[in-house]
Amino acid sequence: MSAIGDAVRYLNDPLNWTRTNGLLDRLVEHVTISAVATVAAAAIALPLAIWFGHTGRGGGFTIALSNVSRAVPTLALLIVFAVTPIGFGNRATTIALALFAIPPILTNAYVGFREVDRDIVESAGAMGMSPLQVIARVELPLAVPAIMVGLRTAAVQVVATATLAALVGGGGLGAPIVLAFAQQNDGLALAAGFLVAVLALLTEVVLVLAARFVTPGPATRRFPRRLQMRTETV
Amino acid sequence: MALLASGATLLATDAPNPWFSPSYIQNNADTILAALRQHVILTVSAVVIGALIALPLALLARRSKTISAAILGGSTIIYTIPSLAMFAFLFPFTGLTIETVIIGLVLYSLVILVRNFLAGLQAVPADVREAALGMGYGPARMLVFVEIPMALPTFFAGLRIATVSTVALATVGVIVGFGGLGNILVAGFNNNFFRAPIATAAALCVILALAFDLLLALSARLLTPWSRGRS
Repeated sequence: MSAIGDAVRYLNDPLNWTRTNGLLDRLVEHVTISAVATVAAAAIALPLAIWFGHTGRGGGFTIALSNVSRAVPTLALLIVFAVTPIGFGNRATTIALALFAIPPILTNAYVGFREVDRDIVESAGAMGMSPLQVIARVELPLAVPAIMVGLRTAAVQVVATATLAALVGGGGLGAPIVLAFAQQNDGLALAAGFLVAVLALLTEVVLVLAARFVTPGPATRRFPRRLQMRTETV
Repeated sequence: MALLASGATLLATDAPNPWFSPSYIQNNADTILAALRQHVILTVSAVVIGALIALPLALLARRSKTISAAILGGSTIIYTIPSLAMFAFLFPFTGLTIETVIIGLVLYSLVILVRNFLAGLQAVPADVREAALGMGYGPARMLVFVEIPMALPTFFAGLRIATVSTVALATVGVIVGFGGLGNILVAGFNNNFFRAPIATAAALCVILALAFDLLLALSARLLTPWSRGRS
Protein backbone atom coordinates (compact mmCIF):
# COMPACT_ATOMS: atom_id res chain seq x y z
CA MET A 1 0.00 0.00 0.00
CA SER A 2 3.03 2.26 -0.14
CA ALA A 3 1.83 3.40 -3.56
CA ILE A 4 -1.18 5.08 -1.97
CA GLY A 5 1.05 6.74 0.64
CA ASP A 6 3.37 7.94 -2.12
CA ALA A 7 0.41 9.30 -4.06
CA VAL A 8 -0.90 11.22 -1.05
CA ARG A 9 2.57 12.57 -0.34
CA TYR A 10 2.97 13.63 -3.96
CA LEU A 11 -0.36 15.46 -4.01
CA ASN A 12 0.40 17.09 -0.65
CA ASP A 13 3.65 18.67 -1.80
CA PRO A 14 2.81 22.22 -2.93
CA LEU A 15 5.86 22.31 -5.17
CA ASN A 16 4.45 19.48 -7.29
CA TRP A 17 1.49 21.74 -8.00
CA THR A 18 3.09 25.13 -8.47
CA ARG A 19 6.34 24.48 -10.34
CA THR A 20 6.57 25.02 -14.10
CA ASN A 21 4.79 22.15 -15.88
CA GLY A 22 3.55 21.07 -12.45
CA LEU A 23 0.07 19.74 -11.78
CA LEU A 24 -1.52 23.19 -11.77
CA ASP A 25 -0.08 24.08 -15.19
CA ARG A 26 -1.18 20.68 -16.52
CA LEU A 27 -4.65 21.09 -15.05
CA VAL A 28 -5.13 24.54 -16.60
CA GLU A 29 -3.83 23.17 -19.90
CA HIS A 30 -6.19 20.20 -19.71
CA VAL A 31 -9.27 22.27 -18.86
CA THR A 32 -8.48 24.92 -21.50
CA ILE A 33 -7.97 22.37 -24.26
CA SER A 34 -11.14 20.50 -23.27
CA ALA A 35 -13.30 23.59 -22.95
CA VAL A 36 -12.19 25.12 -26.25
CA ALA A 37 -12.64 21.79 -28.04
CA THR A 38 -16.13 21.20 -26.63
CA VAL A 39 -17.33 24.73 -27.39
CA ALA A 40 -15.91 24.57 -30.91
CA ALA A 41 -17.57 21.21 -31.51
CA ALA A 42 -20.89 22.54 -30.23
CA ALA A 43 -20.59 25.60 -32.47
CA ILE A 44 -20.30 23.28 -35.47
CA ALA A 45 -22.60 20.44 -34.45
CA LEU A 46 -25.56 22.30 -32.94
CA PRO A 47 -26.48 24.44 -35.99
CA LEU A 48 -26.12 21.34 -38.16
CA ALA A 49 -28.29 19.31 -35.80
CA ILE A 50 -30.92 22.05 -35.68
CA TRP A 51 -31.03 22.22 -39.45
CA PHE A 52 -31.09 18.43 -39.88
CA GLY A 53 -33.57 17.99 -37.05
CA HIS A 54 -35.93 20.71 -38.19
CA THR A 55 -36.01 19.58 -41.80
CA GLY A 56 -35.75 15.87 -41.05
CA ARG A 57 -32.85 15.57 -43.46
CA GLY A 58 -29.44 14.07 -42.80
CA GLY A 59 -30.66 11.40 -40.41
CA GLY A 60 -28.82 8.60 -42.17
CA PHE A 61 -25.62 10.64 -42.22
CA THR A 62 -25.91 11.46 -38.53
CA ILE A 63 -26.50 7.85 -37.46
CA ALA A 64 -23.71 6.58 -39.72
CA LEU A 65 -21.31 9.17 -38.35
CA SER A 66 -22.02 8.18 -34.77
CA ASN A 67 -21.69 4.45 -35.51
CA VAL A 68 -18.46 4.80 -37.45
CA SER A 69 -16.97 7.10 -34.84
CA ARG A 70 -17.42 4.43 -32.20
CA ALA A 71 -15.40 1.91 -34.19
CA VAL A 72 -12.47 4.27 -34.77
CA PRO A 73 -10.13 4.30 -31.78
CA THR A 74 -9.58 7.87 -30.65
CA LEU A 75 -5.93 7.07 -30.02
CA ALA A 76 -5.59 5.96 -33.65
CA LEU A 77 -7.17 9.18 -34.92
CA LEU A 78 -5.03 11.27 -32.60
CA ILE A 79 -1.90 9.59 -33.98
CA VAL A 80 -3.12 9.81 -37.57
CA PHE A 81 -3.71 13.54 -37.08
CA ALA A 82 -0.25 13.87 -35.59
CA VAL A 83 1.38 12.75 -38.84
CA THR A 84 -0.77 15.01 -41.03
CA PRO A 85 -0.34 18.79 -41.35
CA ILE A 86 -2.54 19.12 -38.24
CA GLY A 87 0.51 17.86 -36.34
CA PHE A 88 0.68 17.53 -32.58
CA GLY A 89 0.92 19.77 -29.55
CA ASN A 90 -1.87 21.59 -27.77
CA ARG A 91 -3.40 23.32 -30.80
CA ALA A 92 -3.54 20.10 -32.78
CA THR A 93 -4.98 18.25 -29.79
CA THR A 94 -7.73 20.83 -29.50
CA ILE A 95 -8.66 20.42 -33.18
CA ALA A 96 -8.65 16.62 -32.93
CA LEU A 97 -10.74 16.65 -29.75
CA ALA A 98 -13.26 19.04 -31.29
CA LEU A 99 -13.68 16.61 -34.19
CA PHE A 100 -14.24 13.71 -31.76
CA ALA A 101 -16.85 15.72 -29.89
CA ILE A 102 -19.01 16.46 -32.94
CA PRO A 103 -20.75 13.04 -33.35
CA PRO A 104 -22.24 12.76 -29.84
CA ILE A 105 -23.46 16.38 -29.85
CA LEU A 106 -24.86 16.07 -33.37
CA THR A 107 -26.59 12.73 -32.80
CA ASN A 108 -28.21 13.59 -29.49
CA ALA A 109 -29.39 17.02 -30.60
CA TYR A 110 -30.72 15.56 -33.84
CA VAL A 111 -32.63 12.82 -32.04
CA GLY A 112 -33.88 15.39 -29.52
CA PHE A 113 -35.29 17.51 -32.34
CA ARG A 114 -36.83 14.54 -34.14
CA GLU A 115 -38.48 13.28 -30.96
CA VAL A 116 -40.41 16.49 -30.50
CA ASP A 117 -44.05 15.57 -30.96
CA ARG A 118 -45.01 16.33 -34.59
CA ASP A 119 -48.47 17.43 -33.45
CA ILE A 120 -46.92 20.18 -31.34
CA VAL A 121 -44.81 21.39 -34.25
CA GLU A 122 -47.83 21.38 -36.54
CA SER A 123 -50.00 23.27 -34.10
CA ALA A 124 -47.24 25.82 -33.66
CA GLY A 125 -47.24 26.31 -37.43
CA ALA A 126 -51.02 26.51 -37.47
CA MET A 127 -50.86 29.23 -34.83
CA GLY A 128 -48.88 31.29 -37.30
CA MET A 129 -45.32 30.76 -36.05
CA SER A 130 -42.63 31.14 -38.66
CA PRO A 131 -40.16 28.25 -39.08
CA LEU A 132 -37.58 30.19 -37.06
CA GLN A 133 -40.06 30.76 -34.27
CA VAL A 134 -40.98 27.08 -34.29
CA ILE A 135 -37.31 26.22 -33.89
CA ALA A 136 -36.58 28.79 -31.20
CA ARG A 137 -39.77 28.58 -29.15
CA VAL A 138 -40.99 25.02 -29.63
CA GLU A 139 -38.41 22.54 -30.84
CA LEU A 140 -35.32 23.90 -29.12
CA PRO A 141 -36.80 24.10 -25.60
CA LEU A 142 -38.22 20.59 -25.94
CA ALA A 143 -34.92 19.24 -27.23
CA VAL A 144 -32.83 20.81 -24.45
CA PRO A 145 -32.58 17.64 -22.30
CA ALA A 146 -31.29 15.63 -25.26
CA ILE A 147 -28.93 18.41 -26.32
CA MET A 148 -27.51 18.55 -22.81
CA VAL A 149 -26.97 14.78 -22.80
CA GLY A 150 -25.00 15.17 -26.02
CA LEU A 151 -22.93 18.02 -24.61
CA ARG A 152 -22.24 16.07 -21.43
CA THR A 153 -21.22 12.93 -23.32
CA ALA A 154 -18.98 15.00 -25.55
CA ALA A 155 -17.39 16.96 -22.70
CA VAL A 156 -16.63 13.87 -20.62
CA GLN A 157 -15.25 12.15 -23.69
CA VAL A 158 -13.11 15.18 -24.50
CA VAL A 159 -11.71 15.38 -20.97
CA ALA A 160 -10.88 11.68 -21.18
CA THR A 161 -9.37 11.85 -24.66
CA ALA A 162 -7.28 14.86 -23.73
CA THR A 163 -5.26 12.55 -21.48
CA LEU A 164 -4.40 10.37 -24.49
CA ALA A 165 -2.81 13.36 -26.19
CA ALA A 166 0.12 12.91 -23.82
CA LEU A 167 0.97 9.69 -25.67
CA VAL A 168 1.68 11.77 -28.77
CA GLY A 169 3.64 14.55 -27.14
CA GLY A 170 0.71 16.61 -25.89
CA GLY A 171 0.33 18.26 -22.51
CA GLY A 172 -2.51 18.12 -20.02
CA LEU A 173 -2.92 15.76 -17.09
CA GLY A 174 -2.06 12.75 -19.24
CA ALA A 175 1.57 13.89 -19.23
CA PRO A 176 2.24 12.97 -15.58
CA ILE A 177 0.57 9.58 -16.16
CA VAL A 178 2.79 8.86 -19.15
CA LEU A 179 5.79 9.99 -17.09
CA ALA A 180 4.73 7.72 -14.23
CA PHE A 181 4.63 4.70 -16.52
CA ALA A 182 7.99 5.62 -18.05
CA GLN A 183 9.56 5.92 -14.59
CA GLN A 184 7.58 2.99 -13.14
CA ASN A 185 6.52 5.42 -10.42
CA ASP A 186 3.54 3.86 -8.62
CA GLY A 187 2.77 6.88 -6.47
CA LEU A 188 2.76 9.34 -9.36
CA ALA A 189 0.60 6.96 -11.42
CA LEU A 190 -2.03 6.82 -8.68
CA ALA A 191 -1.86 10.55 -7.98
CA ALA A 192 -2.19 11.60 -11.62
CA GLY A 193 -4.79 8.94 -12.36
CA PHE A 194 -6.80 10.19 -9.40
CA LEU A 195 -6.71 13.78 -10.65
CA VAL A 196 -7.83 12.79 -14.14
CA ALA A 197 -10.65 10.65 -12.77
CA VAL A 198 -11.81 13.44 -10.47
CA LEU A 199 -11.73 15.92 -13.34
CA ALA A 200 -13.82 13.60 -15.53
CA LEU A 201 -16.34 12.95 -12.76
CA LEU A 202 -16.55 16.67 -11.97
CA THR A 203 -17.23 17.40 -15.63
CA GLU A 204 -20.06 14.90 -15.55
CA VAL A 205 -21.54 16.31 -12.34
CA VAL A 206 -21.25 19.96 -13.44
CA LEU A 207 -22.98 19.22 -16.73
CA VAL A 208 -25.74 17.19 -15.07
CA LEU A 209 -26.39 20.20 -12.84
CA ALA A 210 -26.17 22.56 -15.80
CA ALA A 211 -28.73 20.43 -17.65
CA ARG A 212 -31.08 20.67 -14.71
CA PHE A 213 -30.57 24.43 -14.64
CA VAL A 214 -31.22 25.11 -18.33
CA THR A 215 -34.05 22.62 -18.84
CA PRO A 216 -37.34 24.50 -18.96
CA GLY A 217 -40.35 23.14 -17.16
CA PRO A 218 -40.66 21.20 -13.90
CA ALA A 219 -37.37 19.98 -12.50
CA THR A 220 -38.58 16.41 -12.17
CA ARG A 221 -38.75 15.83 -15.90
CA ARG A 222 -36.53 12.97 -16.91
CA PHE A 223 -34.56 12.41 -20.08
CA PRO A 224 -35.57 9.61 -22.38
CA ARG A 225 -33.74 6.55 -21.07
CA ARG A 226 -32.40 5.53 -24.42
CA LEU A 227 -30.55 8.80 -24.82
CA GLN A 228 -29.02 8.65 -21.38
CA MET A 229 -27.29 5.41 -22.17
CA ARG A 230 -25.54 6.79 -25.20
CA THR A 231 -22.27 7.39 -23.44
CA GLU A 232 -18.88 6.49 -24.69
CA THR A 233 -15.68 5.97 -22.89
CA VAL A 234 -12.18 6.73 -24.06
CA MET B 1 30.09 18.21 -45.02
CA ALA B 2 30.63 17.44 -48.65
CA LEU B 3 27.92 14.84 -48.50
CA LEU B 4 25.49 17.29 -47.00
CA ALA B 5 26.35 19.97 -49.48
CA SER B 6 25.85 17.63 -52.41
CA GLY B 7 22.45 16.74 -51.02
CA ALA B 8 23.19 13.05 -50.93
CA THR B 9 21.85 12.59 -47.44
CA LEU B 10 18.14 12.58 -47.02
CA LEU B 11 16.60 14.40 -44.12
CA ALA B 12 13.84 12.55 -42.35
CA THR B 13 11.34 15.02 -43.76
CA ASP B 14 12.54 14.42 -47.32
CA ALA B 15 12.29 10.65 -47.19
CA PRO B 16 9.21 9.13 -48.77
CA ASN B 17 6.62 8.43 -46.11
CA PRO B 18 3.62 6.85 -47.80
CA TRP B 19 0.37 6.16 -45.94
CA PHE B 20 0.02 2.76 -47.45
CA SER B 21 3.05 0.63 -48.19
CA PRO B 22 2.77 -3.00 -49.32
CA SER B 23 6.45 -3.49 -48.63
CA TYR B 24 6.00 -2.39 -45.02
CA ILE B 25 3.21 -4.90 -44.59
CA GLN B 26 5.25 -7.67 -46.24
CA ASN B 27 8.36 -6.98 -44.22
CA ASN B 28 6.52 -6.68 -40.93
CA ALA B 29 3.81 -9.29 -41.37
CA ASP B 30 4.94 -11.13 -38.22
CA THR B 31 4.80 -8.02 -36.05
CA ILE B 32 1.43 -6.98 -37.43
CA LEU B 33 -0.08 -10.43 -36.98
CA ALA B 34 1.26 -10.70 -33.43
CA ALA B 35 -0.25 -7.32 -32.57
CA LEU B 36 -3.54 -8.33 -34.18
CA ARG B 37 -3.52 -11.56 -32.19
CA GLN B 38 -2.90 -9.68 -28.97
CA HIS B 39 -5.71 -7.28 -29.84
CA VAL B 40 -8.12 -10.18 -30.40
CA ILE B 41 -7.03 -11.84 -27.15
CA LEU B 42 -7.51 -8.60 -25.21
CA THR B 43 -10.93 -7.95 -26.72
CA VAL B 44 -12.31 -11.47 -26.44
CA SER B 45 -11.12 -12.05 -22.88
CA ALA B 46 -12.38 -8.63 -21.74
CA VAL B 47 -15.85 -9.13 -23.23
CA VAL B 48 -16.18 -12.79 -22.18
CA ILE B 49 -15.06 -12.15 -18.59
CA GLY B 50 -17.20 -9.00 -18.54
CA ALA B 51 -20.25 -10.98 -19.67
CA LEU B 52 -19.61 -13.72 -17.10
CA ILE B 53 -19.58 -11.12 -14.31
CA ALA B 54 -22.36 -8.98 -15.78
CA LEU B 55 -25.00 -11.71 -15.90
CA PRO B 56 -25.02 -12.50 -12.15
CA LEU B 57 -24.80 -8.78 -11.41
CA ALA B 58 -27.82 -8.10 -13.62
CA LEU B 59 -29.73 -10.93 -11.92
CA LEU B 60 -28.82 -9.45 -8.55
CA ALA B 61 -29.72 -5.94 -9.68
CA ARG B 62 -33.26 -6.84 -10.68
CA ARG B 63 -33.99 -8.25 -7.25
CA SER B 64 -34.12 -4.88 -5.56
CA LYS B 65 -34.19 -1.22 -6.46
CA THR B 66 -31.39 -0.46 -3.99
CA ILE B 67 -29.00 -2.98 -5.50
CA SER B 68 -29.76 -1.91 -9.04
CA ALA B 69 -29.29 1.75 -8.12
CA ALA B 70 -25.94 0.91 -6.51
CA ILE B 71 -24.79 -1.16 -9.48
CA LEU B 72 -25.91 1.38 -12.08
CA GLY B 73 -24.46 4.29 -10.09
CA GLY B 74 -21.15 2.51 -9.60
CA SER B 75 -21.03 1.62 -13.27
CA THR B 76 -21.60 5.24 -14.30
CA ILE B 77 -18.62 6.26 -12.18
CA ILE B 78 -16.41 3.54 -13.67
CA TYR B 79 -17.53 4.50 -17.15
CA THR B 80 -16.57 8.13 -16.61
CA ILE B 81 -13.00 7.34 -15.56
CA PRO B 82 -10.67 7.74 -18.56
CA SER B 83 -8.89 4.55 -19.59
CA LEU B 84 -5.44 6.03 -19.08
CA ALA B 85 -6.36 6.89 -15.48
CA MET B 86 -7.83 3.41 -15.01
CA PHE B 87 -4.58 1.78 -16.12
CA ALA B 88 -2.68 4.17 -13.84
CA PHE B 89 -4.84 3.02 -10.91
CA LEU B 90 -4.22 -0.64 -11.67
CA PHE B 91 -0.53 -0.29 -12.45
CA PRO B 92 0.75 -0.16 -8.81
CA PHE B 93 -1.06 -3.44 -8.09
CA THR B 94 -0.70 -5.48 -11.26
CA GLY B 95 2.36 -3.84 -12.84
CA LEU B 96 3.28 -3.85 -16.50
CA THR B 97 1.37 -7.02 -17.32
CA ILE B 98 -1.34 -7.96 -19.77
CA GLU B 99 -3.62 -8.50 -16.75
CA THR B 100 -3.57 -4.75 -16.07
CA VAL B 101 -5.04 -4.09 -19.51
CA ILE B 102 -7.53 -6.95 -19.34
CA ILE B 103 -8.82 -5.92 -15.89
CA GLY B 104 -9.31 -2.35 -17.11
CA LEU B 105 -11.09 -3.45 -20.27
CA VAL B 106 -13.25 -5.92 -18.30
CA LEU B 107 -14.44 -3.08 -16.06
CA TYR B 108 -15.57 -1.03 -19.07
CA SER B 109 -17.25 -3.90 -20.92
CA LEU B 110 -18.88 -5.00 -17.67
CA VAL B 111 -20.52 -1.61 -17.28
CA ILE B 112 -22.06 -1.69 -20.76
CA LEU B 113 -23.12 -5.33 -20.40
CA VAL B 114 -24.75 -5.02 -16.96
CA ARG B 115 -26.99 -2.22 -18.23
CA ASN B 116 -28.01 -4.09 -21.34
CA PHE B 117 -28.49 -7.41 -19.56
CA LEU B 118 -30.65 -5.73 -16.95
CA ALA B 119 -32.67 -3.89 -19.60
CA GLY B 120 -33.14 -7.16 -21.50
CA LEU B 121 -34.33 -9.08 -18.45
CA GLN B 122 -36.65 -6.29 -17.37
CA ALA B 123 -38.20 -6.15 -20.83
CA VAL B 124 -39.48 -9.74 -20.62
CA PRO B 125 -43.27 -9.32 -20.61
CA ALA B 126 -44.92 -10.13 -17.30
CA ASP B 127 -47.61 -12.28 -18.94
CA VAL B 128 -44.95 -14.50 -20.52
CA ARG B 129 -43.40 -14.98 -17.10
CA GLU B 130 -46.78 -15.76 -15.60
CA ALA B 131 -47.58 -18.25 -18.32
CA ALA B 132 -44.26 -20.01 -17.68
CA LEU B 133 -44.98 -20.00 -13.97
CA GLY B 134 -48.40 -21.50 -14.63
CA MET B 135 -46.79 -24.22 -16.73
CA GLY B 136 -44.71 -25.19 -13.71
CA TYR B 137 -41.39 -23.51 -14.53
CA GLY B 138 -39.16 -22.96 -11.47
CA PRO B 139 -36.88 -19.91 -11.19
CA ALA B 140 -33.83 -21.59 -12.78
CA ARG B 141 -35.73 -23.15 -15.69
CA MET B 142 -37.62 -19.91 -16.19
CA LEU B 143 -34.32 -18.01 -16.45
CA VAL B 144 -32.62 -20.42 -18.84
CA PHE B 145 -35.54 -21.35 -21.09
CA VAL B 146 -37.77 -18.28 -20.99
CA GLU B 147 -36.11 -15.10 -19.80
CA ILE B 148 -32.62 -15.39 -21.29
CA PRO B 149 -33.88 -16.45 -24.74
CA MET B 150 -36.33 -13.56 -24.75
CA ALA B 151 -33.64 -11.13 -23.66
CA LEU B 152 -31.08 -12.39 -26.19
CA PRO B 153 -31.58 -9.58 -28.75
CA THR B 154 -30.88 -6.97 -26.06
CA PHE B 155 -27.97 -9.05 -24.73
CA PHE B 156 -26.46 -9.16 -28.18
CA ALA B 157 -26.98 -5.44 -28.70
CA GLY B 158 -24.96 -4.93 -25.50
CA LEU B 159 -22.29 -7.41 -26.58
CA ARG B 160 -21.91 -5.57 -29.89
CA ILE B 161 -21.45 -2.18 -28.27
CA ALA B 162 -19.10 -3.63 -25.65
CA THR B 163 -16.99 -5.43 -28.25
CA VAL B 164 -16.70 -2.50 -30.63
CA SER B 165 -15.71 -0.11 -27.86
CA THR B 166 -13.30 -2.64 -26.36
CA VAL B 167 -11.51 -2.97 -29.70
CA ALA B 168 -11.07 0.81 -29.71
CA LEU B 169 -10.09 1.02 -26.03
CA ALA B 170 -7.57 -1.82 -26.17
CA THR B 171 -5.20 0.44 -28.12
CA VAL B 172 -4.68 2.52 -24.97
CA GLY B 173 -3.11 -0.57 -23.36
CA VAL B 174 0.06 0.53 -25.15
CA ILE B 175 0.84 2.57 -22.02
CA VAL B 176 1.30 -0.74 -20.18
CA GLY B 177 3.04 -2.31 -23.17
CA PHE B 178 0.10 -4.49 -24.18
CA GLY B 179 -2.03 -2.49 -26.56
CA GLY B 180 -2.33 -4.88 -29.49
CA LEU B 181 -2.49 -2.72 -32.59
CA GLY B 182 -2.00 0.30 -30.34
CA ASN B 183 1.63 -0.81 -29.93
CA ILE B 184 2.15 -0.42 -33.68
CA LEU B 185 0.38 2.95 -33.73
CA VAL B 186 2.57 4.48 -31.05
CA ALA B 187 5.72 2.79 -32.35
CA GLY B 188 5.06 4.36 -35.75
CA PHE B 189 4.60 7.75 -34.15
CA ASN B 190 7.79 7.43 -32.11
CA ASN B 191 9.65 6.07 -35.13
CA ASN B 192 9.93 9.39 -36.95
CA PHE B 193 6.19 9.65 -37.69
CA PHE B 194 6.37 6.57 -39.92
CA ARG B 195 2.97 6.65 -41.61
CA ALA B 196 2.75 3.10 -42.99
CA PRO B 197 2.44 1.35 -39.59
CA ILE B 198 0.09 4.06 -38.30
CA ALA B 199 -2.29 3.79 -41.25
CA THR B 200 -2.10 -0.01 -41.31
CA ALA B 201 -2.81 -0.40 -37.60
CA ALA B 202 -5.59 2.20 -37.62
CA ALA B 203 -7.27 0.50 -40.57
CA LEU B 204 -6.91 -2.91 -38.94
CA CYS B 205 -8.54 -1.59 -35.75
CA VAL B 206 -11.58 -0.45 -37.68
CA ILE B 207 -11.74 -3.66 -39.72
CA LEU B 208 -11.43 -5.76 -36.56
CA ALA B 209 -14.24 -3.82 -34.87
CA LEU B 210 -16.51 -4.19 -37.89
CA ALA B 211 -15.67 -7.90 -38.21
CA PHE B 212 -16.57 -8.56 -34.57
CA ASP B 213 -19.74 -6.52 -34.97
CA LEU B 214 -20.77 -8.49 -38.04
CA LEU B 215 -19.98 -11.80 -36.34
CA LEU B 216 -22.10 -10.90 -33.33
CA ALA B 217 -24.93 -9.61 -35.50
CA LEU B 218 -24.93 -12.90 -37.42
CA SER B 219 -24.83 -14.96 -34.22
CA ALA B 220 -27.74 -12.98 -32.86
CA ARG B 221 -29.72 -13.73 -36.03
CA LEU B 222 -28.89 -17.43 -35.86
CA LEU B 223 -29.68 -17.71 -32.16
CA THR B 224 -32.98 -15.85 -32.29
CA PRO B 225 -34.68 -17.12 -35.44
CA TRP B 226 -38.07 -16.03 -34.06
CA SER B 227 -37.14 -12.37 -34.05
CA ARG B 228 -36.34 -12.34 -37.75
CA GLY B 229 -38.67 -10.24 -39.81
CA ARG B 230 -39.52 -8.12 -36.81
CA SER B 231 -37.65 -4.92 -36.28
